[in-house]
Amino acid sequence: MLITCPCCGPRDVSEFTYQGDANRTRPDPASTDQAAWNAYVYDRVNTAGAHREYWQHSGGCRSHLIVVRSTLTHRIDSVRFARDAADGARRRSGGAA
Amino acid sequence: MREYSALALLKNAFSGNRDWKPAWRKPDPKPHYDVVIVGGGGHGLATAYYLASEHGITNVAVMEKGWLGGGNVGRNTTIVRSNYLLPANTGFYEHSMKLWENLSHELNYNVMFSQRGILNLAHTPGQADDYIRRGNAMRHEGIDAVWMNPAEIARKVPGLDVSAKARFPIVGGLMQPRAGTARHDAVAWGYARAADRRGVDMLENCEVTGFLRDGDRITGVMTTRGEIRARKVAVAVAGSTGRVMKLAGIDRLPIESHVLQAFVSESLKPAIDTVVTFGGGHLYVSQSDKGGLVFGGDIDGYNSYAQRGNLPVVEEVMSEMAALFPGWAGVRLLRSWGGIMDMSMDGSPIITAGPLPGLYLNTGWCYGGFKATPASGSCFAHTIARDAPHPLNAAFTLERFHRGAVIDEKGQGATPRLH
Repeated sequence: MLITCPCCGPRDVSEFTYQGDANRTRPDPASTDQAAWNAYVYDRVNTAGAHREYWQHSGGCRSHLIVVRSTLTHRIDSVRFARDAADGARRRSGGAA
Repeated sequence: MREYSALALLKNAFSGNRDWKPAWRKPDPKPHYDVVIVGGGGHGLATAYYLASEHGITNVAVMEKGWLGGGNVGRNTTIVRSNYLLPANTGFYEHSMKLWENLSHELNYNVMFSQRGILNLAHTPGQADDYIRRGNAMRHEGIDAVWMNPAEIARKVPGLDVSAKARFPIVGGLMQPRAGTARHDAVAWGYARAADRRGVDMLENCEVTGFLRDGDRITGVMTTRGEIRARKVAVAVAGSTGRVMKLAGIDRLPIESHVLQAFVSESLKPAIDTVVTFGGGHLYVSQSDKGGLVFGGDIDGYNSYAQRGNLPVVEEVMSEMAALFPGWAGVRLLRSWGGIMDMSMDGSPIITAGPLPGLYLNTGWCYGGFKATPASGSCFAHTIARDAPHPLNAAFTLERFHRGAVIDEKGQGATPRLH
């Protein structure tokens, strides 16, 4: 499996570290909603198909990435910097960039 | 259906083996069953068998989308052991071990259970302490465990590099002599035949495409062979849990699906007579009765429903094998395959009534489901028949994650790829 790092180009999967499911939304750190925290920590959508997930190019530029990959075929649809997605999320929620 | 016996073997030998009968019927689905079991793998078949034999519930169907024994029960490395640390796990897996010890006799089917032992190698003093602690915990629960020093290990496992020059020198190892292997296909066939003889219907090529419901309550399944109603629907589909449970409207579970690769080498003369696991990395190897080395390592480490893995893990497993047994470096690989594991958030299984009324769930076996087959079947059958868990699976609930009662054997937290 090759992952095309937006900084370094296509590299072997062994250069990358999987960091898990990116479909989860972390509750507000100030939240005391126990059910929401439990769901965030333990529950997964476990998608069969296009799966949004975090990887780090730990053996390369060390960027954190969001990869959309098929869990059925290992085909990779998109790779982008996680920070761009985080910036986008902040803009959408009206926070400071 | 006739008993298998020495006499039957002799008679059939003289009649050219033409009179053997199929091991189970191929019935058409009935419109209604007391219990429908989704998944014709080891756990589903064992559940059907114990429902019939221990609880007298024989109006049961096992649905399998492919053929019996074509799923994970045929995709593992056949190891059976009960060398756990935590009480919930030791009790459960030792129950399984005791069922294994009598299984061929009970099923009238030779599952080729071979108590060749399993040896967990330790490569650091810290790891040795950890294994000795586990061995002590096992012995507290009445389970066999023996600590072996490198000289004893060298005598037990010829070919193993126990020298100080090894990449990961061996400090010692924890042996469970009663552990071993079983013929995985025979386990599926034996349970299927024994359940069939008690009236259970095996419905092969019968894929579940949806669930019938009455409000919240599950009242049956929609299948490629028509609608089938049932008082109780039990799901035991291992790596397909996520997909099947989505059909019931359960879209989030404490489960992730991952691929685990396994390998078989060309046949060798007898080389090892035990199961060896490598604590310096992650490798487990045994030799099949046909002579092939059967081995595997870690899961690939990212979500997958593809029944194939990627090459870096192949390279890692091979390099670990060569480090441990330098003499096997030239052995050729015959075949490899990938199975899908339902990795739970604490590395321990889930056997429970629910999560919907009328539904029962058996999942989260990570990559240890094969050895659990008899106990999983017996505990799941108990849970289904009595609507209450057996004491041995009472801890394996779905809501334990939300009560803070996780059974985390390795202490890895909610990171399924590390269990």
